[in-house]
Amino acid sequence: MLAIVGTVPDQKFSLTTGKVTLKDDEICIKGKRVHVNRGTPALLAAAVKTGEMLGQSELFGYLVGDIGLGEGSRNLYEYLNKNLGRSEYSTITFHYLQPDVDWHNRVLFAIKEMAKQPVLIADAGFMYAAKMSGHAAAYDLFTPDAGELAFLADETAPHPFYTRGFILQDEKRVPDLIKRAYVHKNASRFLLVKGEKDYLADEDGIKATVDSPACETMEAMGGTGDTLTGIAAALIESGMEIGKAAIIAAKANRLAGYYARPTPATQVIEIIRQIPGALEEILLEEEKMCKRSISGSSSGRPLSCKHNLRCVHHDRNRYTWFWQIAA
Amino acid sequence: MSFFEFLKPKKKSQESAQDRGILVFEHTSEVIRAESVLKASGRKIRVMGPPPEIQSGCDLVIEFPLIEELKIIRTLKEAGVVPRKIVPVNSPLLKPVNLFHIKDFGQHLMVRAANMKLTIDKDTKIIVNISGGGCPDVPYLAQEMVGQSLSEAPKPREIGHTLCGYALQLAYEEMTRRCLL
Repeated sequence: MLAIVGTVPDQKFSLTTGKVTLKDDEICIKGKRVHVNRGTPALLAAAVKTGEMLGQSELFGYLVGDIGLGEGSRNLYEYLNKNLGRSEYSTITFHYLQPDVDWHNRVLFAIKEMAKQPVLIADAGFMYAAKMSGHAAAYDLFTPDAGELAFLADETAPHPFYTRGFILQDEKRVPDLIKRAYVHKNASRFLLVKGEKDYLADEDGIKATVDSPACETMEAMGGTGDTLTGIAAALIESGMEIGKAAIIAAKANRLAGYYARPTPATQVIEIIRQIPGALEEILLEEEKMCKRSISGSSSGRPLSCKHNLRCVHHDRNRYTWFWQIAA
Repeated sequence: MSFFEFLKPKKKSQESAQDRGILVFEHTSEVIRAESVLKASGRKIRVMGPPPEIQSGCDLVIEFPLIEELKIIRTLKEAGVVPRKIVPVNSPLLKPVNLFHIKDFGQHLMVRAANMKLTIDKDTKIIVNISGGGCPDVPYLAQEMVGQSLSEAPKPREIGHTLCGYALQLAYEEMTRRCLL
């Protein structure tokens, strides 16, 4: 099961854990509803939409209210420290939490106690803490934007706010910054850098880039990075190889943005609504490529696909797809 | 260099001066309040990053001339913003990012400060989007500010609590400055 850990912008929202669903543009967890705007609710909504399409079971959420004072985050850190070691998740995504190195380390130690190690994804505040702790390499995927990549590349910066001037936040320097982040061991196993061009990289260098369709206005929109991380998390949970999932997520997020016809004033829920259609298109394209790559196979099943998925049922009228991991 | 140049008193480097101290607070929001109070009272202070030994992940400190410690503490006590501790500066402090990036989308204008972006409608001056950042007050700030005009929206300085909130304040000030031009 996929677990997502983060905060909601409501100080009165007490620590809540449970299965998450999406109804009428609101996240539902244990009878509570949260409007999907940006931040962790946007990530959750994108993951739910993706998971539904892939026929996944519901995902599990760990949510608490925090408006920046850090109290909610500390309560959640404490809860995770006590309970995560006994849990069973195949993927955990950490998101908007108040960066706190000490608490981060305790949570990471709790994860080490889990019987089976999950795929670990970090973005936003928790990624900041992961980098600053010196344990970035314990993670499988970070999803920084260009500014956050510059922060990862600056071995002295404890927060993007302190990234030194000579490490410029310049999209043209992304390949250099990726290299620098790995040299100083401040990067996860894979990096998905989101920007005008999305980059997938590991310590050997850049593996792939995605730059179309291009919607310049998405840079101004809050939450578009959150949706990308949410799609990637759900694809990884489906069993897809991490690098492949990251690239498909980047393509689907861009296409969803394109279909939303965004202006700088568009809100992220408009993009989330387009995720199923965009993902369907990207996965169909992937399947065609896979079939081409195994021409000669009598079954036509994409057994050689790296993502190892095959469509077993598709109800086009209900936009519902069921995927299963190929045998 | 003239022959007598070496006799002139050397300018003290701001980074190497040993006469500075830092005020450490519980929350970044308290730093922001203290900065307002001290600047309003004419003190020469700077908001900086803490030295590595006291960094926790989302910190700001106030650098001040040690010689003014008593006066500064009195001012802060009167305002009800008391620092958690006061320590002398022993190593260079981290400087906040101070570069702005401007993007003109035609009908909309975006200002980025550090990792935070603020976008307004140029005609109405309504804040239409806030993006970037990773601290938990970012979604809260967006919730409170988006949809309101630049002049009527609550200021990040007033309702923000983290470094991302502070960066958004810088973007907000730059946007306000540009709108007044």
